[in-house]
Amino acid sequence: MVQLLSVVLLYLQIGRRGQTHPKMKLSSTVMKIDEGEIIEEHVSALKGDDGNKDLTGDVTGWDCKAEQRTREESERLRLQELPVLTGATRINNTCFIPGPLPSIVVDSNEMKKSRVTKAVKVEVNNKNARWWLTNTGISAPFFCVSLFAILVRMGVSLHPYSGAGDPPKYGDFEAQRHWMEITTNLPVNEWYQNTTKNDLSYWGLDYPPLTAYQSYVHGLVLKFFHPESVLLYTSRGHESYFGKLLMRWTVLTSDILIFFPAILWLIVVFADQSKGDKRNIAWHVAMIVVNPCLILIDHGHFQYNCISLGLTVGAVAAVLSDKDLVSSFLFSLALNHKQMSAYYAPAFFSYLLGKCLKRRNTLLEVSKLGMIVIGTFALVWWPYLHSRVAVLEVLSRLAPFERGLYEDYVANFWCTTSVLIKWKRLFTTQSLKLFCLFMTVCSCLPSMILQIRAPSTRTFLYGLLNSSLSFYLFSFQVHEKSILLPLLPASILAMEEPFVFQWFTQFALLSMFPLLCRDKLLLPYIALYGIFILIYYAPNGKPDTPKARFWSRMTLFFVGFLLFLSFVLHIVYLTINPPKKYPFLFEAIIMLLCFSQFVFVAVYTNWKQWFLSMKPGIGREKKQV
Amino acid sequence: MTQPNQEKQQLKDKHTQLQNSRRHIIKDLIWFSLIATFFKALLIPAYHSTDFEVHRNWLALTHTLPLSQWYIDETSPWTLDYPPFFAYFERFLSLFASLVDPAITDLYNGLNYKAPSVIIFQRLSVMASDTVLVYSIYMLTKNMELRKRFMIWVLVVWSPGLLIVDHVHFQYNGFLLGILLLSLGSLQKGNDLTGGFIFAVLLCFKHLFAVAGPVYFVYLFRHYCRGGILRGFGKLVTMGTVVVGVFMMAYGPFAYYGQMKQVLQRMFPFGRGLCHAYWAPNFWVFYIISDKVLAFVFTKLGFHILPPTASFTGGLVGDSSPFAILPMITPSVTFALVLLAISPCLVKAWRNPDPKMIVRQVAYAYTCGFLFGWHVHEKASLHFLIPLAIVSTESNEDARHYFILSIVSVYSLFPLLYEAQEYPIKVVLLLLHVALMWFGFSSQFTDSKNGGGVSRWIEKIYLVGILGVETTHNGGAFEDALDDMDGVCEECSMERELRR
Repeated sequence: MVQLLSVVLLYLQIGRRGQTHPKMKLSSTVMKIDEGEIIEEHVSALKGDDGNKDLTGDVTGWDCKAEQRTREESERLRLQELPVLTGATRINNTCFIPGPLPSIVVDSNEMKKSRVTKAVKVEVNNKNARWWLTNTGISAPFFCVSLFAILVRMGVSLHPYSGAGDPPKYGDFEAQRHWMEITTNLPVNEWYQNTTKNDLSYWGLDYPPLTAYQSYVHGLVLKFFHPESVLLYTSRGHESYFGKLLMRWTVLTSDILIFFPAILWLIVVFADQSKGDKRNIAWHVAMIVVNPCLILIDHGHFQYNCISLGLTVGAVAAVLSDKDLVSSFLFSLALNHKQMSAYYAPAFFSYLLGKCLKRRNTLLEVSKLGMIVIGTFALVWWPYLHSRVAVLEVLSRLAPFERGLYEDYVANFWCTTSVLIKWKRLFTTQSLKLFCLFMTVCSCLPSMILQIRAPSTRTFLYGLLNSSLSFYLFSFQVHEKSILLPLLPASILAMEEPFVFQWFTQFALLSMFPLLCRDKLLLPYIALYGIFILIYYAPNGKPDTPKARFWSRMTLFFVGFLLFLSFVLHIVYLTINPPKKYPFLFEAIIMLLCFSQFVFVAVYTNWKQWFLSMKPGIGREKKQV
Repeated sequence: MTQPNQEKQQLKDKHTQLQNSRRHIIKDLIWFSLIATFFKALLIPAYHSTDFEVHRNWLALTHTLPLSQWYIDETSPWTLDYPPFFAYFERFLSLFASLVDPAITDLYNGLNYKAPSVIIFQRLSVMASDTVLVYSIYMLTKNMELRKRFMIWVLVVWSPGLLIVDHVHFQYNGFLLGILLLSLGSLQKGNDLTGGFIFAVLLCFKHLFAVAGPVYFVYLFRHYCRGGILRGFGKLVTMGTVVVGVFMMAYGPFAYYGQMKQVLQRMFPFGRGLCHAYWAPNFWVFYIISDKVLAFVFTKLGFHILPPTASFTGGLVGDSSPFAILPMITPSVTFALVLLAISPCLVKAWRNPDPKMIVRQVAYAYTCGFLFGWHVHEKASLHFLIPLAIVSTESNEDARHYFILSIVSVYSLFPLLYEAQEYPIKVVLLLLHVALMWFGFSSQFTDSKNGGGVSRWIEKIYLVGILGVETTHNGGAFEDALDDMDGVCEECSMERELRR
């Protein structure tokens, strides 16, 4: 108790020191604010403690309480322990600062007293002014940015979806609605079976069981509020005002219930690890949650990527906060929602394996993780585990090899090179599958090896990006929408690699442009592109990138040229009819451009991961239990 | 020897600094308004009210017909009932509209035209006209401290009220309020003549802004026309000439055609009834409800009460009163009541015409007009909400009043968007607005004793009450009661505002 008291008193002193030395404060405003928070927190912590009520009631009266310690002693202690203590508190600093926000107006009064130049004053004011959006705890910026992101999602959902009013097959919207119709009207074991009631050739379920359960839950909601929209047979192509609205709202609620909390957890973990530097949190949150590609696909085109990506974000947050078992549970769930989440599997696998190898009881650790994964899978697949046939039935639905090497004009290796080599004509599907597997494994192997050798949370994020990108570039049956998967780790890395992230996002958007045009989502495309660029250049938002200043003229020219090219391609695609001989000429050009940029990003992030893991001190400091 | 040089250098530094900060302000403000604009662009396919067709009809009308026919034409039920400047503005827009799609400006075949071209064109025209608002905000806030500036931008440029009324429901309020703010800005700076001129222009755009006319008159008379009888008279004449000149510009052509009576009849449709179809949360709702209650009580007590033959929204039909017990309300009664309500503020403006107080006084006048006016739209709450945003950052007290007032006003706009599709949008818009105000104000006023507490407990209970009403109401049963409360609350907070 006495110790606690003395520590608290010391903090108070630090705070007072900070207040009585304006010069010290001028040198770093951030430091000052941190200290303010520390004091506030501990005072409020003490308020809850009955024993210390009288002490906290009057901060200035602390001297009499600390009579046992002489002034010299405390002075000495203060001098010795100040740096250590501040460091310690920052680490222990919880990130939520509810209730009264620390006062900084005191500072500006102080500013007036001290003779400082106007310029400095203005700068400090700037920081003060933006601090409520950028410098407070996490809750305020997260809450505001999330609300804005939700608004943007609602705005996008006013627009058409894929296959709106386009019989007989419609689009992804109808697929999702049809799954709700199937799951709410048929018993579980018939969901993946081709029966008289379930015609698999009309949007049969081709996602793992968790998606089916999700459809079931959403189907129940629809059934309750608007039964006509999920009636068996008769509801095919159902597009009533209320039915559409309810469908849109199911995506919205999934987003709010899964994706946003996951992001919140991630941000909390991040803030914990970046030692209380919360200046750019609002910007970072905005970069993740206002990701234009994700919003356009989920709330425009109509899909539920937010669920599997949200689960993945949760798994990432768990990895970052050292909860490996939770992480493998969440990632297994993500895998069971969309098999595409396997794009991340190499990264999770190699990181967790590498970590287990560092420990004493490797086998025990590995088997613990294995049990969690198998248990989760068993749980999700329970209704189908009664017979081999049932499992195989579901599995065969999940691997649609008959759909071919790629779809449309996706900016990956196979589609791009098919301009020169007609893969589909030259090889059988069987051999192509092997090629794909080989290429994918080869391309993500370096990243995996680095992770297994020296697992670290920092390189883990790069590992996620690398493995998902190599899947996107080289695996079998890739869709344009799959670019969302590499985009997610890129957005989490936005603080470290702002430029790469925005570059990647811009070209990911461009790569989906033909698809979104087909969905008549041009207007939200433009709006979200604009919002994204604006948020990227938010006043005082982005972390400073000193490198950008030293860019050579050549690089600048190159960047400008590519952006110009992308702009021209947008215009040309919209306005000019392609020549009859090559009806997909512009799609092919867009694909080529995007592919080149994706390869650039992949090479860069692989190099960066290698560079980071070669750095001494990173990745090797993991504790040996 | 070096001293002058040094001074020069210092001056130069100061100048560049100023320039820099100007550039920063403009850049930041453009950032704020562009974010808003892109969000507005997302709302283009959202629900729009009949006002959309009203404005489309005006485009067509001003494009096809000669000036002399504008206020006479009755091709569509949505006849032109705004003052001439607004008609000129529509004429200006129609130049572009006919280029985009000739069907928009087709008076006869374009009726209820709903093609994407007309929707996008009209929505974009509202967004483009909002630049006036942004410019006025720039003029008002460019010399303010950064924190206040940001807060005001959040309140005005990202105002949920404007988003709901202008960009979903469809109207041109942002642009008109921009003109009002320009005028108030000039008055604040002491440019009374410009302020008066701009206000006269505003009146010729939308006559509903005339409620603040008395305040303007008294203020300008006392503040501008000072300095002795002769000089004062000279100034009065100058101001009069300017104002009359503006009105001549607007109404001159119609006076030439001898249509003044027709124009005025169109602009002041007293046949429309005491309340608008959607009840604005004002005093008359309270009045009507007490009439109902009294009628009910008296009937129970055994008196014979004749049921009213007219409806409140139907207007004056002969001698029949819509009220069973309470005396009938005529436009002149409402007019007198509004004047009476404004009078304290007029007295204050007469005694001490203070440029710092003019924004409050004008906002107060609009509140009175809102509470006691004839046939008030709920949208009229924007008339005081937006100007008050400018003064909301001045003190903790102001912030607290503004906090509650803006929540209530925005909430009272909710019935405008009655379709299910926009329901979550309006709720989240309000939530975001509340969050931004809460965090913004509380970070600004943390030095005060009640550290960061933006609202008092009684206000908190009231806000929770709104939440309760919103979650339980299905239909209109609760709304009437709520509207009532709204009115009373606004009255209270505005009175407090004035007392300051």
